[in-house]
Amino acid sequence: MKFAVIVFPGSNCDHDAYHAITAVLGHSAELIWHKDTDLKGAHAVILPGGFAHGDYLRTGAMARFSPIMRSVAAFADAGGPVLGICNGFQVLLEAGLLPGAMLRNRDLKFHCEHVHVRVEQTDTPSTLACHRGQVLRLPIAHGEGNYFADADVIARLETNRQIVFRYTDAAGNVDDAANPNGSTAAIAGICNEARNVVGLMPHPERACELILGSCDGLLILQSIVQACRQGHLAGGSKGHALQPA
Amino acid sequence: MRARVFVTLKPSVFDPQGRTIADALHSLGYGTVEDVRQGKYFELDLKTTEAAQAKALAAEVADKLLANPVIESYRIEVD
Repeated sequence: MKFAVIVFPGSNCDHDAYHAITAVLGHSAELIWHKDTDLKGAHAVILPGGFAHGDYLRTGAMARFSPIMRSVAAFADAGGPVLGICNGFQVLLEAGLLPGAMLRNRDLKFHCEHVHVRVEQTDTPSTLACHRGQVLRLPIAHGEGNYFADADVIARLETNRQIVFRYTDAAGNVDDAANPNGSTAAIAGICNEARNVVGLMPHPERACELILGSCDGLLILQSIVQACRQGHLAGGSKGHALQPA
Repeated sequence: MRARVFVTLKPSVFDPQGRTIADALHSLGYGTVEDVRQGKYFELDLKTTEAAQAKALAAEVADKLLANPVIESYRIEVD
């Protein structure tokens, strides 16, 4: 199957994602410049980490005006799997494809470390290969990962089971000391109501080989592959037309 | 006309930068500073001479781009 990895000016994890998909997973990927408007027949879209458009104004704020984002929004609306990683998550929030916003980390520090996240939901294309409650060890690298939404939105996320990953300790317990940035409800990742768009702050693409300290990120990329193979996509009849993987 | 747009985090949103600045001021001896909120300031030069139109236009761009309504609110002055 084929992934599209969107490249904004300032993206810096695009090649990490490309490497994980092609060299590690053995699938095809195409780097797509933000000024393009064609997703080139990809079955899944990744918005990578970095500092799109220099993160001017707010993280991810300018990227939503990139021409490719209209195509990404249409792809998402049709039920296609979209994964936003770190800055890609911030872009999805600013583009309105996911609810909420990011604040500065509560301690004002840029956190670059491995953390534990618990998989809360497995019925998204990005978590299909995980089991519920599974604890993954993934790297984070961000200064603005402090997820915020007002109480009504948080309640709706809980009711609709849209909180996909939470920061926990190694045993899978939510603990404020294990929350690296102060995110509301220890949120590390969420999905949209249709469940096909997922954003998370940790970097699964940087945790796909043992030499990098963890292989847990493979599960997330493999989930997308599995979802595309099964045609198990949210959106029902609106589901994105799939080619055999 | 010129519109000035002041964007700050909503009162309900914790502002860690403002808190840190307040702590720094306290350590400098400014105990009377109770709290600090950090924000952004924009000056928009507009091709209009009507204050109402300038204010409406500034509000429109603040809603669309300058502020993120999830976490921020804004105030506009025109002259």
